[in-house]
Amino acid sequence: MNPKNKPGGLIKFVIDGQKVEAGPGWSILETARHHHIHIPTLCFHPAVTPWGSCRLCVVETRYGKRSQVVASCLTRPVPELEVMTNSERVQNVRRWVLEMLLAECPASREVKDLAAQYGVTSTRFAIKDPNEECLKCGRCVAVCHEVVGVNALTFGSRGVTKQLETPHRVPNNACVGCGCCVSVCPTGALQARLDTVRGDLARRTGHGFAH
Amino acid sequence: MGKIKDVQELEAWRDRLLAAWNPEQPVVRVCSGPGCLAQGADQVAKAFKAAAKKGKFKVAPLIKETGCHGLCSKGTLVNLAPADIFYVRVQPQDVPEIVETSLVKNGVVERLLYRENGKRCRSAADIPFYRLQEKVVLKNVGDIDPLSFEDALAAGAYRSMARALTRMTPDEVIETVRLSGLRGRGGGGFPTGYKWRLAADQTRQNPGPLYIIANGEEGDPGAFMDRAIMEGDPHTVIEGMIIGAYAMGSHQGFLYVRHEYPIALHHLTIAIKQARRHGLLGRNILGTGFSFDLEIHRGAGAYVCGEETAIIASLEGRVGVPVTRPPYPAEHGLWGRPTIINNVETWANVPHIIDKGAEWYAGLGVSHSTGTKIFSLVGKVNNTGLVEVPMGTTLGRLVEEIGGGVPGQARFKAVQTGGPSGGIIPYEFKDISTGDRKLSRGELTSPDMVLETSGFPVEFESFVQAGSILGGGGMIVMDDKDCVVDLARYFLNFLGEESCGKCLPCRLGLKGMLEFLDNFAQGRGDPEDIEVLQSLAQAVMDGSLCGLGRSAPNSVLTSIRYFREEYLAHIQEHRCPAGVCRDLITYRIDQEICDGCGLCLEVCPQNCIAGRKKKPYSIDSKACTRCGSCQDVCPMDAVIVV
Repeated sequence: MNPKNKPGGLIKFVIDGQKVEAGPGWSILETARHHHIHIPTLCFHPAVTPWGSCRLCVVETRYGKRSQVVASCLTRPVPELEVMTNSERVQNVRRWVLEMLLAECPASREVKDLAAQYGVTSTRFAIKDPNEECLKCGRCVAVCHEVVGVNALTFGSRGVTKQLETPHRVPNNACVGCGCCVSVCPTGALQARLDTVRGDLARRTGHGFAH
Repeated sequence: MGKIKDVQELEAWRDRLLAAWNPEQPVVRVCSGPGCLAQGADQVAKAFKAAAKKGKFKVAPLIKETGCHGLCSKGTLVNLAPADIFYVRVQPQDVPEIVETSLVKNGVVERLLYRENGKRCRSAADIPFYRLQEKVVLKNVGDIDPLSFEDALAAGAYRSMARALTRMTPDEVIETVRLSGLRGRGGGGFPTGYKWRLAADQTRQNPGPLYIIANGEEGDPGAFMDRAIMEGDPHTVIEGMIIGAYAMGSHQGFLYVRHEYPIALHHLTIAIKQARRHGLLGRNILGTGFSFDLEIHRGAGAYVCGEETAIIASLEGRVGVPVTRPPYPAEHGLWGRPTIINNVETWANVPHIIDKGAEWYAGLGVSHSTGTKIFSLVGKVNNTGLVEVPMGTTLGRLVEEIGGGVPGQARFKAVQTGGPSGGIIPYEFKDISTGDRKLSRGELTSPDMVLETSGFPVEFESFVQAGSILGGGGMIVMDDKDCVVDLARYFLNFLGEESCGKCLPCRLGLKGMLEFLDNFAQGRGDPEDIEVLQSLAQAVMDGSLCGLGRSAPNSVLTSIRYFREEYLAHIQEHRCPAGVCRDLITYRIDQEICDGCGLCLEVCPQNCIAGRKKKPYSIDSKACTRCGSCQDVCPMDAVIVV
């Protein structure tokens, strides 16, 4: 930890030229929200640990001579840090992510609206499934693990073939049908999938092992 | 012999072993590295052992199955000592002749010697491939039997450890490593001594366990440096880790080795057992009161688990997904404790630094990249294999002198360095002399500027400037029959599959970039698409979390930077200059050269070759899938690509 960054104290830094103060343990994104500075995001949710998968919340930070693009939901500020939420590099990442999302989850109204806000209305990429809404942001997996504590959802496979699944790809009796995953989903993709997640509710176990 | 109680006992044992060694005794070292094993090295060793029992010798020869000798393209390699004869391409049926001529008598089997420009090289030292190398880490690899503790001991194993434990304070060890200038060999090039200092300070502030990890998850296609060390000299890795543990105050270490390296796992397991049995691992090592133990953890085949936070996740039993840094593992790593992760090669350097001193090590290489580096030289190069050279050696020397140049009439076009995350460095950079100036990241941008101002030595900074990375040390040499678009496609496909899939720019961006390249490879697209692709590549680099995503577009960006005309040829002229991209080429049989042997007809999977024996054949290009089988078998080289 930076010695200047004493735990407990407020951290003074700059977002888009505006002087801001971060409380203990706040990320750049939380500080920006506190000061009503808008940074878009799809995967951040206050109920769960930030995971940083959508990368829409990227900002460019400058500390001394060093400039880099980081995810604001995961990065803690240091004193005198200069944050730019709308620089050219940031816009480049954001626009490309939105354009790719238009091809990845073309059925999602939320993604379309957000993309339109940033001037992205069409995509150059191939659309695999026109009915897909899920962007694999991981909110549902995190809420099921951290808040509900049953791990009824997980990611299967990796890389370009990554999928949202139940463990072993069978309906899961551990699922208590609480609907937390549906309520945190940024695109409503889980609404249609909930029935493929939960198993026999009469036999629910509340833990990871179906019997 | 059981537990070694103190340093005197260790040295006494070593002295006994050295005194018992008979310099007259012939030693046959059969390379049992992965390359030679694939060529039947185990059968050669068996044949030697059988012959050693039967033959009439003055002194019965000792047959050793050693680690990799390096010259993998000429396997099976056999080295005879003390006669100092180096045989290449040895087959089991050659063994009786070798035994009769070189072991019973004092002759040489001429036909099995390495040939360089028609000249035969009797000993390994005569071969440029070996003569130009400087072996430090690989000194014992290929020399000792990796399964024999006595062999390692006689070669000097655990001498540095004993010295560090008894005659140096932990701070002195860290200072020695820092002064040596050793930098992480996994690709990042972070100064090792500095990293160790951080960890040692961290445990002082925050008392409790500290873990050390050796990263043996070497997943780059065409890279096998760590493998050779772990297979050929496992004790040097263990020794380096004990020294590091002593310096930083760690009592538990992990060797994270990929599952695809069964021999390395086998040899390390045995070496750890031997070290424990002799009291070099475990409680109270050599009576110094210092305790340290090692455990092997098998990687489950994920390339991304070479990333340090993913290794930690994997060791903790979670899915191997990188997480954000800071906090760095040196502060908050395995189970929330300070953790130091170094590459296997970095650990293997440590005993040599302690043994010969920081000054000696800093004298190797160039001022800001000291020591030696192991490279695996693969692709279109005559002497494929493993080489160790001082940092700062030019790329041209590596490929053309040590590697023996590209085979046949082809032209040396470029080298892909640093595995899939690295970049393509063109031939034009090969001859530039060794630069000795520390350059900051991004100081140079255009290729001409690199030519003017710096050299192109093989070390960390210059590679970053050329848009590539030194990486683990994989070097894939390409000639003019290799297409850069196709190569970039291959690496993007690999990285897309191996990405953990967490960050959208990496998961979707690599797929998206591949879509662009697929279009180019089919002759579609606009010249403007190249700029669009560059902008997407920049978004992937900026938007991703870990090193995989942040360096994934390197091969695309460097290939555009140095070979833009090749991209334009695909897009505008619908032509692949290297003759690789299937949709842009046609196979044709030259009617004047073809002698009608009919071999191509037999191998064609599409049955699209027509003609009569003794008359020139022809290919129906509509049915042809452009697999290239006919070209491979044609003895007349009559099949041409147009």
